[in-house]
Amino acid sequence: MINANATVLLEVRGLRATVAGVEILKGIDLTVRAGEAHAIMGPNGSGKSTFAKALAGHPAYEVTSGEVLLEGKDLFALSPEERARAGVFLGFQYPVEIPGVSNSGFLRLAYNTVQGARGRDELDPLEFDDFVREKMKLLDMDPGFLDRSVNDGFSGGEKKRNEILQMALLEPKLAILDETDSGLDIDALRVVANGVNRLLTPANAVVLVTHYQRLLNYIVPDYVHVMEGGRIIKTGGKELALELETRGYDWVLEEYKGKTGAEV
Amino acid sequence: MSTVLENLVNQPYKHGFVTEIESDVAPKGLSEDTIRLISAKKNEPEWLLEFRLNAYRHWLTMAEPTWPNVRYPKIDFQNISYYSAPKPKKLKSMDEVDPELLRTFEKLGVPMNERAALAGVAVDVIFDSVSVATTYKQKLAEVGIIFCSISEAVREHPELVRKYLGSVVPTGDNFYAALNSAVFTDGSFCFIPKGVKCPMELSTYFRINTQDSGQFERTLIVAEEGASVSYLEGCTAPKFDTNQLHAAVVELVALDRADIKYSTVQNWYAGDEEGRGGIYNFVTKRGLCKGVNSKISWTQVETGSAITWKYPSCVLLGDNSIGEFYSVALTNHYQQADTGTKMIHIGKNTRSTIISKGISAGRSNNSYRGLVRIGPKAEGARNYSQCDSMLIGSKCGANTFPYIQVHNSTAKVEHEATTSKIGEDQLFYFQSRGIGNEEAVSMIINGFCKEVFQQLPMEFAVEATKLLGLKLEGSVG
Repeated sequence: MINANATVLLEVRGLRATVAGVEILKGIDLTVRAGEAHAIMGPNGSGKSTFAKALAGHPAYEVTSGEVLLEGKDLFALSPEERARAGVFLGFQYPVEIPGVSNSGFLRLAYNTVQGARGRDELDPLEFDDFVREKMKLLDMDPGFLDRSVNDGFSGGEKKRNEILQMALLEPKLAILDETDSGLDIDALRVVANGVNRLLTPANAVVLVTHYQRLLNYIVPDYVHVMEGGRIIKTGGKELALELETRGYDWVLEEYKGKTGAEV
Repeated sequence: MSTVLENLVNQPYKHGFVTEIESDVAPKGLSEDTIRLISAKKNEPEWLLEFRLNAYRHWLTMAEPTWPNVRYPKIDFQNISYYSAPKPKKLKSMDEVDPELLRTFEKLGVPMNERAALAGVAVDVIFDSVSVATTYKQKLAEVGIIFCSISEAVREHPELVRKYLGSVVPTGDNFYAALNSAVFTDGSFCFIPKGVKCPMELSTYFRINTQDSGQFERTLIVAEEGASVSYLEGCTAPKFDTNQLHAAVVELVALDRADIKYSTVQNWYAGDEEGRGGIYNFVTKRGLCKGVNSKISWTQVETGSAITWKYPSCVLLGDNSIGEFYSVALTNHYQQADTGTKMIHIGKNTRSTIISKGISAGRSNNSYRGLVRIGPKAEGARNYSQCDSMLIGSKCGANTFPYIQVHNSTAKVEHEATTSKIGEDQLFYFQSRGIGNEEAVSMIINGFCKEVFQQLPMEFAVEATKLLGLKLEGSVG
């Protein structure tokens, strides 16, 4: 939902970042306002996931220049956990397995830590159990998930549901979902997408990193950005995604080269 | 990577050695005269002096073992004083205790009245330790249980001590056990008569003389037919001790249908971040399931000492007897641990379970060494072993040395082992959910150790959980 007067949640200006000394992000600009859904598309290796992880503060990515403001405040002044507490959520492309740590314990600690940081009440184990079970219904998840180890032995689809469950618990202002659709069959995709839709409000925003148009049938983006060579080379509305689906990325690249004379 | 992880595990030992000791010390060195002196000081009967001298003569013929996967400078056994009656300089009130130490107690959840005793404050000022100990003893005496220091037992119950001392760990069993047998100064004795279920957890907290058991500690626990007992050794609070070498011997005897559960939490000084100082802990712990259907279960949480050499074992002699070993060994900085168990199956249908969890951080080295031996007469014997190692950072080491000897074709022996690493990606996953590194590591470690912690008595389990977190706490900021 585009509302030009809505609060700017995220402001990215000229962001450059390297991994192991190799520059992956080469100057990204992006503005996300409250209530908006953005999709970032682009071929493999274009830097989409790097962008997502750099925002969340993954230690392997070094920001070399540019700035990112979350509600006007310097995001890079915050540690990854502080970013999460401030309302940034990264839905992992490959959720990490943590054998031995129970999902319920993990979810409760995350929930209570973030609640505490926001000055809200924490829940004891029994209260939390009721609370999380309600949220799980939203995602059609079996309560048995709570007793398993975090993502350990989960199928691809189960892992992605668990990510969205965490989003539902942590109520982020800005959710960055990195290829949440990958590895999902069509039914699971619908469940996950519906879950995300129900979490979106005029006060928060989502950035979807995806390869495929199909997710965007369910979560309709206000903006579609095409990323290539560590830059956003084209921005359009939801129809751009459909066009990419039928025509591929090459024409966008040609257009960008023609416009800027740049090699990508 | 890993500056984060390094910071996390480089938490200094905050307590150091605060207790000044004035003591009645024998001259350094070990000879038959030293042993006679020890025995005389303790007014021991002749048979015990003979026991000591035999052990000493055997020890002289033995060599220090070199097979453990640990490195340390050669110990000069003539440069040690073997008799010392320590008189810890008592602090007069809790106000004199290092606030850091009190903070540790608080974090560990050590009960208020025990904090004083542990901190070395004259406990009678704070609470009446005598009356607590007395009440405790009376309650036990009502059901016929004997629980006292081994010196007292030698005086009061010589026939029992004589019958069982050295019956599980013979005087010449190994280098350190022989040394202990020659020079042990004190320790615990516990006797549970026929058919008695000990009504409470026996804890060394409440044993008289517990402060003075010294560096060569000797423990003997006997459970008669149908008796059962749960014994807790040590505590999660840091242990103050100025002796570098420790060589204890623990013997457990379970007669028909008896059940002994022995739990240890060890948090001795481990040396500084550079690996200087720290206690060398060479312990022989062994239980004999002498009777049919008897059971001995060892649970240990090892977090301290510069060097740990320790293999709590079970000799499964009685038919259908059961041996268990649950262990968490955590090493950090330059700590070295070579620990594990031995399960010796002799009787028919004997069963054993080994669950070992090794956690290595810093530059430490953590080895599991375990022997499962199935004797020729152990029809239908079964063993299950699981040895898991976890690495934190990239400069530490973990090894598993399983020895399996099967001499009976009806036996079934299973061994599983895993190695995992707390990775940057796992920590980042926690962070991205608002959880800082310290809490993340603590949660992962506790998850890893769950099966062992479940075996600990309730309050110990809570303390152990906190202890591991504390040992890995760092300056992550």
